Amino acid sequence: MLYLDHAATTPLRPGALVAMEPWLGDGFGNPSGVHSVSRRAKQAMEDARERAAALLGAAHPLDIVFTGGGTGSDNLGVAGPALADGRRGGVVTTAVEHEAVLETARFLERLGCPLRVVPVDGDGIAGPAEVAAAVGEGTAVVSVMAANNETGARQPLSEIADAVRAAGPAVVHTDAVQAFVSEEVTAASTGADLITLASHKFGGPKGVGLLLAPRAVALEPVLHGGGQELGRRSGTHNVAGIVGMVAAMEAAAADRERFRRDVGEARRRFESALAAAVDGLVVSSRRDRLVQHSHLRFPGVSAESLLIVLDGMGLAASAGSACHSGATSASHVMAAMGVGADEAAGAVRFSFGWTTRPGDGDEAATMVLEALEGLQ
Amino acid sequence: MRALVAMSGGVDSSVAAALMMDEGHEVVGATLKQWEGPDGSLPLHGCCTVADAEDARSVAGRLGIRHYVLDYVEAFEERVVAPFAAAYLAGRTPNPCIECNRRVRFRALLDRAAELGCDLLVTGHHARIREDAAGFHLLRAADPRKDQTYVLHMLGQDDLARIRFPVGEMTKDEVRAEAARRGLRTAAKPDSQDLCFIATDHRAFLRDRFAQVDAPGPIVDRDGTEVGRHRGAVGFTVGQRRGLDLALGEPRYVLDVRPADATVVVGRREDLLVDGCRVEAVSWVSGRPPEGGGVEVKVRYRSEPVPARLVPAGHGWEVWFDAPLEAPASGQAAVFSRGDEVLGGGTIEGVLRR
Repeated sequence: MLYLDHAATTPLRPGALVAMEPWLGDGFGNPSGVHSVSRRAKQAMEDARERAAALLGAAHPLDIVFTGGGTGSDNLGVAGPALADGRRGGVVTTAVEHEAVLETARFLERLGCPLRVVPVDGDGIAGPAEVAAAVGEGTAVVSVMAANNETGARQPLSEIADAVRAAGPAVVHTDAVQAFVSEEVTAASTGADLITLASHKFGGPKGVGLLLAPRAVALEPVLHGGGQELGRRSGTHNVAGIVGMVAAMEAAAADRERFRRDVGEARRRFESALAAAVDGLVVSSRRDRLVQHSHLRFPGVSAESLLIVLDGMGLAASAGSACHSGATSASHVMAAMGVGADEAAGAVRFSFGWTTRPGDGDEAATMVLEALEGLQ
Repeated sequence: MRALVAMSGGVDSSVAAALMMDEGHEVVGATLKQWEGPDGSLPLHGCCTVADAEDARSVAGRLGIRHYVLDYVEAFEERVVAPFAAAYLAGRTPNPCIECNRRVRFRALLDRAAELGCDLLVTGHHARIREDAAGFHLLRAADPRKDQTYVLHMLGQDDLARIRFPVGEMTKDEVRAEAARRGLRTAAKPDSQDLCFIATDHRAFLRDRFAQVDAPGPIVDRDGTEVGRHRGAVGFTVGQRRGLDLALGEPRYVLDVRPADATVVVGRREDLLVDGCRVEAVSWVSGRPPEGGGVEVKVRYRSEPVPARLVPAGHGWEVWFDAPLEAPASGQAAVFSRGDEVLGGGTIEGVLRR
């Protein structure tokens, strides 16, 4: 199986698995307790928190909120500031955000928070001036992703953060779920106040994530309960997950240079072989995108059929966004980029990852060309 | 050969997939997503629900075959839902299941099968296909109570050459026993009644889309005398007795529905009897009309075929029943057969009286 769906999820890094094992065995304790079993788990978790804080340039370890994943972090990162202090603060976001942000924003709108959704250009990129123009006095939070999950398009995040700060007092949140594995993501590099990460996108286990959230930023909790994480995210801690995630963060951060080199080479070979052979092939967001995404629009091809044929040949990729049933549905990202429904129906995302070797690009291109031949 | 199996999540298509594997074919399972809520989710009730898709996935997993959910939401809307709504507003009683089979399930899936390099399209319909020197014949199912040829009459020679109905030779009980024997979780699943969400509550469905569904109007006798009022003509069906809310001493039946002037015409049961119907958009399984005009015709899904005579008329056919029949509804299918063999069919466009 040639796995080119790393943007959906990527294999666990060996170091993460090793780091987790003790906490799935003897170290089973609930960190919120007084005895030695708890203390041991608590120590492991707080050690992980310190290391995560260091990696993200957080001012203090307690500025890291552990969550149940990217969706939980996005919900807290958007709803938290909007609803803080009993307000119905305004929300500004872009049309290409992940559903975890967009649907949270729409939910907040139903609760009475004014919502402005900023359009993007044909590359899926929002302009700092457009985002700033949407910010008003009542705006509580501006959420702009670091890079898009479908196309890999990178937003000019620090320019956007600067422009937003000049326009008003809003909190800036960014979903950096896709970016972290290949790019430096810190408070300073993004300019954001709040940063969402999802463990399984960079080689950690599923079901755990974090939100960088300085304690000075008031957050209304989304999950209510025992008051863990300074009351910002209740729920018994997933100690093994947290430890595994942070081990994977460190592994990913240390591996970024090699990742960019190998993945960049694989993608270069993949795209140049396809571009030479496929008439009218469009590479989405070519202007500025992450190194691991290759979102391709094949004219006159059904992405659904192409994916099925590729799956049969042993190549895993994806199209649009998968829903519960597994059907591929029309992409709001393509629509926001002004891509017509017919063209969007021929869009496939190939995403490379930390297990990709440069030669995978050649092999993948050969398989795609063979699949396309069968489809005509 | 490689076979694409349309897996609805029901027991019939589950067993169909298993039987194709027994025959040594490479089997790929596909479930159609035809309808979604505003949030993109599958419907929770009726046909083609998210639970059905999950059942199909489970069965495919148990059988060890690849399974995909294919998005036909747009095609279903364009080719089935919109024409259904338009026909209903025009006072007809369209059959969405037939249009769905004709224009989505078989048409789109035959195309898809070809695109995916599949030689065969397999479904769990209860029907049989026989091949002889004259070509392919469509025959009623071995289990007459489960026969589904009424909704398959539009298939032609090119279609039947590439289609398999593996459970057509089995009774429903045999199908269930086979599913149970293989440990498939659909073994005891209730039948879907072949009705999709539109048919199960079409009035609510139409009301969501069209304000005029609720336009009140008169209920009149055959001579035009108003005998009552209704709260919306759309949704009444010719032959219907219940729901008229009339107090005339004897039962009245709907004879005609005219949404254009919001009028429902009613009469006595004997007024409902007609001698024939006009049928258009006729297709023949063999590609040609049958020799001689004598056939049996079925004008509703749940009714027995009755003897009739076919007479060519313009672009379509006049179908004269041997004995008067309760008027069939325009928009429903008339399906012609001789014995077990289904010859073809078309859409009823009006009734005939001698």
